[in-house]
Amino acid sequence: MAYYRPASWQKPLSLVLLAAAVALPTVLTAIGQEFYIGFATRVLIFALAATSLNLVLGFGGMVSLGHAAFLGAGAYVAAICQQAGINEALIAFPAAMGVAGLFALIVGAISLRTRGVYFIMITLAFAQMAYYLFVSARSWGGDDGLPLNGRMTLSGISLAADDALFYAALGALVAAMILFGRLADARFGRTLQAVRENETRMEALGYPVFRFRLVAFVLGGMVAGLAGALLANLTGLASPNLLQWTQSGTLLVMVIIGGVGYLYGGVVGAAVLLLLEETLVGFTEHWHIVLGLLLLAVVLFAPKGLAALFGRSRRADHD
Amino acid sequence: MTDVLLDVRQLTRRFGAVDALKAVDFSVSAGEVHALIGPNGAGKTTFIHHVSGALKPDSGSVHFAGRDVTALSMHRRVAAGMARSYQITNVFPGLSALDNVALAVQGRSDAGSSFRFWQPASKETAVFDEARGYLEQVGLHGKSPVAGGLLSHGEQRALELAMALATRPKLLLLDEPMAGTGPEESARMVELIEHLARHVTILLVEHDMAAVFRLADRISVLVNGQLICTGTPEEVRNDAGVRRAYLGDHL
Repeated sequence: MAYYRPASWQKPLSLVLLAAAVALPTVLTAIGQEFYIGFATRVLIFALAATSLNLVLGFGGMVSLGHAAFLGAGAYVAAICQQAGINEALIAFPAAMGVAGLFALIVGAISLRTRGVYFIMITLAFAQMAYYLFVSARSWGGDDGLPLNGRMTLSGISLAADDALFYAALGALVAAMILFGRLADARFGRTLQAVRENETRMEALGYPVFRFRLVAFVLGGMVAGLAGALLANLTGLASPNLLQWTQSGTLLVMVIIGGVGYLYGGVVGAAVLLLLEETLVGFTEHWHIVLGLLLLAVVLFAPKGLAALFGRSRRADHD
Repeated sequence: MTDVLLDVRQLTRRFGAVDALKAVDFSVSAGEVHALIGPNGAGKTTFIHHVSGALKPDSGSVHFAGRDVTALSMHRRVAAGMARSYQITNVFPGLSALDNVALAVQGRSDAGSSFRFWQPASKETAVFDEARGYLEQVGLHGKSPVAGGLLSHGEQRALELAMALATRPKLLLLDEPMAGTGPEESARMVELIEHLARHVTILLVEHDMAAVFRLADRISVLVNGQLICTGTPEEVRNDAGVRRAYLGDHL
């Protein structure tokens, strides 16, 4: 596989989409559909979480089945911060990223010594351990989870209004997309992608491949932690279900549908999956059947994911 | 004798019941082309793996440029100045020839950290200019935009060499650079190695005897994990033990 190169129209298109996103709460309010602002925020948050997994999975080639653990850890840190009297997101969100990152550092430092199916199993095992830890933690609500007492403030501005939280989530997603977009094209991203292609060769070129993988794993965990903190604010609850392996599976499905190793894969996947759920749930509670068919169709007809259908430029970047 | 660049002492490795390497003493002097030959299964590739750090010995030591590197991992040995090319062609098929070499340049410690998250790597003209230089050295200028996987076998071998060179090694480990190449490509490769040998010390593992006897300053012969002879091409050619090993003449 070549290095990831965004198609030339990707930047203008993302700017158009960004403008549409900025206008969305106003439009929804004008047509009396405020309810959907919360839904749109959910899409943004899961887009952020799936994008963070895509860094690990798509660019780093690490199939982690425990990514939801970092999402859940972030949610719990936000709730625990509030319980401790810290209601300011400028403190709680970085704390969530820090704790999730530290957790990812421990998980990564151990699991990245294994490969293939063993890596999948060990990341799953860590996530399940974290899940049962929170389920049994009475002071944090056990399996009921830890509720938030209203939403936090961001540099003094309350996130209680739906559009405030929407813009906070949008800001986080945009920042992550810019960072990952730059990173993919910088030395770090190229090294990471080359390690994904041929680890031994990179080692023989003098690269400490373990360190590159670990940094990407930790970075992915941190961004997932941020998504978790935002999600706790949206739903008003840090639930152990967020750490469940099914949640990790959902994130994986989002990335696979959207496009593994494509910058916008996580965003596309999260949007498609959640929109599908939202629409189909009105018709049948067995909407997972349709999801299964979609996944089948993507794997068979667009194995690189939906984002890949829009193509990517293969031009050389130096001539 | 000149400085000893690589000094392997009493290197021993067992795989289960098989003694792959039996107390091998081996050295490469700075500036020479030292060829390692031996029948199939003699342990040549295993030996190279131990020198490069892909495998760790049961006992014995590897000294490189005056320092004990036995415990160092592969990437640290590369940073210390040891580069290898692979017996099986091992370039990045999806990346252009230039990107392949640029990765090798970028991996060098004096090229700066690769933990850079912001500046586009494609704008680093110094890295790409240097990479172009190595492509030129191995005769691949003009192929720089071609994907590694689309190059001919001989060109891929040359690209391997360019990547190894780009790490600016003190010692180049060449594991069967002639493997699978046709006579023409083979001749070009011999010329290329001859040219490189002026700048860098080479440890060459090769089956092509014509190439070995043309290139090597010294030849060592490995048979069943044991080094049975080291000497000039002339000495090796006339060594009775070597003749026995190669001709199967046990009498």
